[in-house]
Amino acid sequence: MKTVLSIENIHKSFSVGFIPQKKEILQGITFSVAEGEIFGYLGPNGAGKTTTLKCVLGLIFPDKGTIELFGRPHLDPRAKERLGFLPENPYFYDYLTAREFLEFYGQLFGIKRHEREARIAALLKLVGMEKAAGLQLRKFSRGMLQRIGLAQALINEPSLVLLDEPLGGLDPLGRKEIRDVIIHLREEGKTVFLSSHILQDIEMICDRVAIIVGGRIMSQGRLADLISERILFTEVTISGVEEKELAGLGESLTAQAGRTLLKVFEEDKVQDILELVQKRHGRIHSLIPRTQTLEDLFVDMVRPQ
Amino acid sequence: MIIKVIALNTFKEAVRDRILYLLLFFAAVSILFSRVLALLTVGDRTKIVKDVGLASISLFGALMAILIGTGLVYKEIEKRTIFTLISKPIRRHEFLLGKFFGLALTLFVMLLSMSVIFLALVFFQTWTIEWRMLAAIFFIFVELILLTAVAILFSCFSTPILSSLFALSFYLIGHFSWSLETLIKKARPGATRTFLQALYTILPDLENFSLKTEVVHGLPIPVSHMLYSTAYGIVYSAFILALAILIFRKRDFI
Repeated sequence: MKTVLSIENIHKSFSVGFIPQKKEILQGITFSVAEGEIFGYLGPNGAGKTTTLKCVLGLIFPDKGTIELFGRPHLDPRAKERLGFLPENPYFYDYLTAREFLEFYGQLFGIKRHEREARIAALLKLVGMEKAAGLQLRKFSRGMLQRIGLAQALINEPSLVLLDEPLGGLDPLGRKEIRDVIIHLREEGKTVFLSSHILQDIEMICDRVAIIVGGRIMSQGRLADLISERILFTEVTISGVEEKELAGLGESLTAQAGRTLLKVFEEDKVQDILELVQKRHGRIHSLIPRTQTLEDLFVDMVRPQ
Repeated sequence: MIIKVIALNTFKEAVRDRILYLLLFFAAVSILFSRVLALLTVGDRTKIVKDVGLASISLFGALMAILIGTGLVYKEIEKRTIFTLISKPIRRHEFLLGKFFGLALTLFVMLLSMSVIFLALVFFQTWTIEWRMLAAIFFIFVELILLTAVAILFSCFSTPILSSLFALSFYLIGHFSWSLETLIKKARPGATRTFLQALYTILPDLENFSLKTEVVHGLPIPVSHMLYSTAYGIVYSAFILALAILIFRKRDFI
């Protein structure tokens, strides 16, 4: 698999405060993104996700290290021609209408008028903004800005799309729609780099992840390799059994309307509970084995910091 | 090509800004007011119309260049619109030059509007149009180009309010620096004179672009002066823009 983005040991520090003091934001970031995958860049707020992206885009210059896009130096305009970017909290020219806005970015790439018009129409349809095409961006809601932002990121039919928190601030329906667009991009053979702190989104759509905490990559690899398949505990909801009889079998979490939710850590005990319920003619409402989630992994990594 | 696209977008941004029309309105009021002043004057009334009219065009043109120019780059950084722009295959100097030409185009259109009002006023007074007035307006435009470059330079590293103050100071100093020339003539040869001469070389001399006295009083305008002033304006603007690009090229957009 070809590498489309490779980041090698980048460091970046900023001087902050009245009496300038150096603060190291990135402390040797190294990872690479392969062609055709959805790569999740995961980290808590302030970990250095956006700073990494800004280095890739040439908005800031790393103190040390190298960045390559499609095998070229990252500032080479020929490399940037194949790049699409959606910033976090997109701020755009609010005096432009949605169509003018896409027109402007299309022109920057030197796309011919005929093709530009066709692409703009297709993109407005893809992000569901056909009706708002003639509206000035200042009248747009947050979700609409996010959609039109995604459309501008795709105007040049990029091979690699960088998305910074693309699902932040959206309602559940909006999130699902944007998620569908991202999956659609992968189906088209594009590579997607997704920076987010929303674990659920990353877990649902990413092939590979890198976790950044405090300016360092703590872990990276395929999701399936990072998260163990071992069952951590089983959640059992039952009714018809006295709560005191369950003592010692598991941790009782809630007991409402005659139902008890138990967290059971040993598999043998699950069997014991099932037998007990049968004996007392009770009912089992649910039985859910919980394996490790990305959240567990993430919390484990962030907590020591 | 990229410079043209950014310039046209900057033009669009500027002409959709209300402040521009506010300034244009006051400029028109000021130019038309010269007619009222002329009525109150004893002597050649046309002179007053020309004098106040050209001064209004110059002043309001300068205010447009400064107030819009100082916000152009800063706003892009502050509103983070520059993030998406720099991520496209454009070089930083193309961005800056696009902004510069966009504002120059805006000022050209504004200058044209103000000139139409002014020339109409003079025409209805004298029933003639002097080419010298067009020359005077052309040099106001050269001055505005230089001011645009200065406004953009300050906008690269400072807030609009501070930049406006800096650019306004540049405008005022530029219009009074000619008095240094008189001082140099009076100073005795030595360190003081060398210092004054150096200062005069560095400071802009915007009076080079003012043909008001010549137009109002019907004095001759030497061709050599016009050529020199045009070259002065172009070289000075290019120098300021080069400085702006140098600063902008290495900037981190946090």
